[in-house]
Amino acid sequence: MSNLSTPTPQQIAEHGLSDEEYESLCEQLGREPNLNELGICSVMWSEHCSYKSSRIHLAKFPTTGKRVICGPGENAGIIDVGDGDAVVFKMESHNHPSFIEPYQGAATGVGGIMRDVFTMGARPIALLNALRFGEPDNPKTRSLVAGVVAGIGGYGNCVGVPTVGGEMNFDPGYNGNILVNAMCVGLARADSIFYSAAKGVGNTILYVGARTGRDGIHGATMASAEFDDDTEEKRPRVQVGDPFTEKRLIEACLELMATGNIIAIQDMGAAGLTSSSIEMADKGGVGIEIDLDMVPQREDNMTAYEMMLSESQERMLIILKPGTETQSRQIFTKWELDVDVIGRTTDTGRLVLNHKGETVCNLPIAPLSDLAPKYDRPWKKQEPAPELNAEDLPQRDPVDALCRLMVCPDMASKRWVWEQYDRHVMNDTVADSASSCDGAIVRIHGTDKAVAISSDCTPRYVQADAYRGGKQAVAESWRNLIASGAKPIAITNCLNFGNPEKPEIMGQFVQAVEGMAKACDKLSFPVVSGNVSLYNETNGKAIPPTPTVGGVGIVKSLDHVIGFGGAEIGDLLYLVGETSGWLGSSLYAREIEGLSGHMPPPVKLSVEQNNGKFVKKAIQQSLVRAVHDLSDGGLACAAADMALASDVGMVLETHDEMPNHAWLFGEDQARYLLAVPSHKLNQLQRLAYKQHVPFVFAGEVVGDDIKIGAARIKVADLRKKWEGWLVEYMEKIHGNAGE
Amino acid sequence: MRVAVIVFPGSNCDRDVAEAIAQVTGKPPIMVWHRETTFFDVDLVILPGGFAYGDYLRPGAMAARSSVMRHVLDHAKAGGLVLGICNGFQVLTEIGLLPGALLPNAGMKFICKPVKLKVTRTSTPFTGSFTKGQYLDIPVAHHDGNYFAQKDELSRLEDNEQVVFRYENNPNGSINDIAGLSNVSGNVLGMMPHPERAMVHGKTRGDGYKLFNTLMETIR
Repeated sequence: MSNLSTPTPQQIAEHGLSDEEYESLCEQLGREPNLNELGICSVMWSEHCSYKSSRIHLAKFPTTGKRVICGPGENAGIIDVGDGDAVVFKMESHNHPSFIEPYQGAATGVGGIMRDVFTMGARPIALLNALRFGEPDNPKTRSLVAGVVAGIGGYGNCVGVPTVGGEMNFDPGYNGNILVNAMCVGLARADSIFYSAAKGVGNTILYVGARTGRDGIHGATMASAEFDDDTEEKRPRVQVGDPFTEKRLIEACLELMATGNIIAIQDMGAAGLTSSSIEMADKGGVGIEIDLDMVPQREDNMTAYEMMLSESQERMLIILKPGTETQSRQIFTKWELDVDVIGRTTDTGRLVLNHKGETVCNLPIAPLSDLAPKYDRPWKKQEPAPELNAEDLPQRDPVDALCRLMVCPDMASKRWVWEQYDRHVMNDTVADSASSCDGAIVRIHGTDKAVAISSDCTPRYVQADAYRGGKQAVAESWRNLIASGAKPIAITNCLNFGNPEKPEIMGQFVQAVEGMAKACDKLSFPVVSGNVSLYNETNGKAIPPTPTVGGVGIVKSLDHVIGFGGAEIGDLLYLVGETSGWLGSSLYAREIEGLSGHMPPPVKLSVEQNNGKFVKKAIQQSLVRAVHDLSDGGLACAAADMALASDVGMVLETHDEMPNHAWLFGEDQARYLLAVPSHKLNQLQRLAYKQHVPFVFAGEVVGDDIKIGAARIKVADLRKKWEGWLVEYMEKIHGNAGE
Repeated sequence: MRVAVIVFPGSNCDRDVAEAIAQVTGKPPIMVWHRETTFFDVDLVILPGGFAYGDYLRPGAMAARSSVMRHVLDHAKAGGLVLGICNGFQVLTEIGLLPGALLPNAGMKFICKPVKLKVTRTSTPFTGSFTKGQYLDIPVAHHDGNYFAQKDELSRLEDNEQVVFRYENNPNGSINDIAGLSNVSGNVLGMMPHPERAMVHGKTRGDGYKLFNTLMETIR
């Protein structure tokens, strides 16, 4: 049967459109689509491309600010960092493909997010990854970790962009759906930013990069559905990446951008040629006509359907100024990339595809973009989680509990992972995963300024209370940037949830978004870009809701960069912020008592702001030697991190009116641990008093043990356990991989 | 000092090493595209790190067959200086300017970390200002840095004192802990660690800076 005939009911169902959606499509077209057109419409209307379940809620995010050059809606967000420089950044998920084929899934996730950034005229300068895996004992977890990490390294290392940070958690809730969220940060000049609007009629459309093959067809549709037991069969839908092509594509595009030949540029990401051409036409208010015979093809006899839906990687679409074709081609030829004129912009407002002398698609643009379905899906408010009373929990040896927390999979050293990433290529990395700093720091090339970047989310909080959890993810990102010496500016996010057609899941989504929006608004920390990944479910079981936040800040001078590795013997430890001993949904409750689902800590944004302001001043006035934000595992784990990073011992105070576990492991928000040289204490105390900031003595830096009351452990022994867990865990698969 | 940095498609440390050179000599090097067929007259040719041709076939194998490499060969044979860093070292073994080969790391994983190098040969223009047995802090970042040579080749290069740097803690399984190797006359050096990433050490000059500076003083 020809692709030009109307599709059968079975084909319609296979394309993931509901009956109502298909009817609405026919109504808008005034006829039934042919199979090519159905394929195109189905990907454009997929959750992944249309954001049909999330759009009305995403509108709640604050997206503007003094420094925002470009908010959501383009390939990436852009902020002004002064002196004519702009920082371009975005985070994106590659969850579904990474579960099916971890190496390629993760690698192409990294490739895709880099293209989103350099498309806008920026040179990528940093990569981060937020990874969530199933429980370590799950038989798939180990190979998924190995594959994802190798894929991220394999791609980023080869392209030559440093992977400077990220996070990695394990939870049984991700057994059937891992999360791979990749973030890229790029640097551009504020006056030479490139957008995707294909303005002007009769302009040339240039196809550049890799050839189009049959890989990744229907990737976007796959990412818009749940998994089941037959998930393995979807492997052919995963794209295959080639970082060598990406590297040449970056250099060639940046070279072309410098010529002034470009009207608009867009990468071919999810839904490939389809979504890139439609988005460009839509934003430019034009139509597009493409001659598919001109599309560079990797395989013989590709159909129009396959070409339009292929998600082959490392491809770009460029609208050129008239008369610049020859010069533009030369640049891509020099870099040994395929390049061809495949069409032109028109005044019809339609997407017209010609193939082998026939018009194989003729669709109006509007139904595929603005008029795509938009749902206000029913959602259910979460039942309030029960509170957890610290007094009800048994007393335990605090040092033993500390060791168990520091060695649990979420907290154990991730050296095995980050040693596989080139963290220093480009020579501007100031702080990376190895650096004991709450944010990754990358210098703005040739200056004394830097970008600080952090990736955060505490899914167990979001699971128990999505509103608080959403707020907390933003607040923690903000706090991490403060604690590394930066001024927080804006965020990107990657919202990973289950099936939005279920009211409870939609409820998680709506409340998390509202919590995030509130925090962004209060902290003047707008959202400039983002991505939504829904249907992270297998056999009906959803992942823990995971709205990952990628925060970006500016460091005015490299002298302000600080971490938690600078504590020296004789320093005093001070705790900034109020401690109530909140243990609900804490790491301690989960790892030591086996309790989860209790109310997570409240997030008081004005307190957060005030405490942050104080810490920032303390850093800028050089009153502290080390700063660490308090998060998972509370005061004791922050202190242990500091002891390990600084290679010093510590004596930690206990609290007269609070059980040890509440004081040491409670996860109250808006708190920092400072290592203060004794001669700076007076000045710092005065500052704290003036700023009305709770400032409490928490211990001393002394000896080579961590000591709490009568219990103690050698820092060296703790290090062995902390460094050992992941290596031991991973080497079980590699058998004799030891050197 | 006149310096050329060869740029292959896939090189990714070319700009970093160019800046290092500019920092030491006050003058940016010439960036030479791999298809260049005309002769260039310089004192030092640098083959930078990265993944020339995506490491396809074998790291360095395709780059070694670039047209520009004929000139690099002529330059080296005439006694001109050649420094191959990381991927550049792999290219030098592929083209036969240095013996042996660089295999995948023993752990089969990419390794990015600071390492300590022991200077074992000082009679080269690259290491003349160091003392034998001195330790340098220069990081590595590679997937294929596991140096290997056949038994007789290995004993020959050891007898000739061609090993310039050895790892203190071997990160990749290299035979005899070899991290850097020169030809017999010492004008060609290949090394896996990245000196351009060791320009500063805290607030002071790093060992990479010292290496480039040694070169400059030798040539001047």
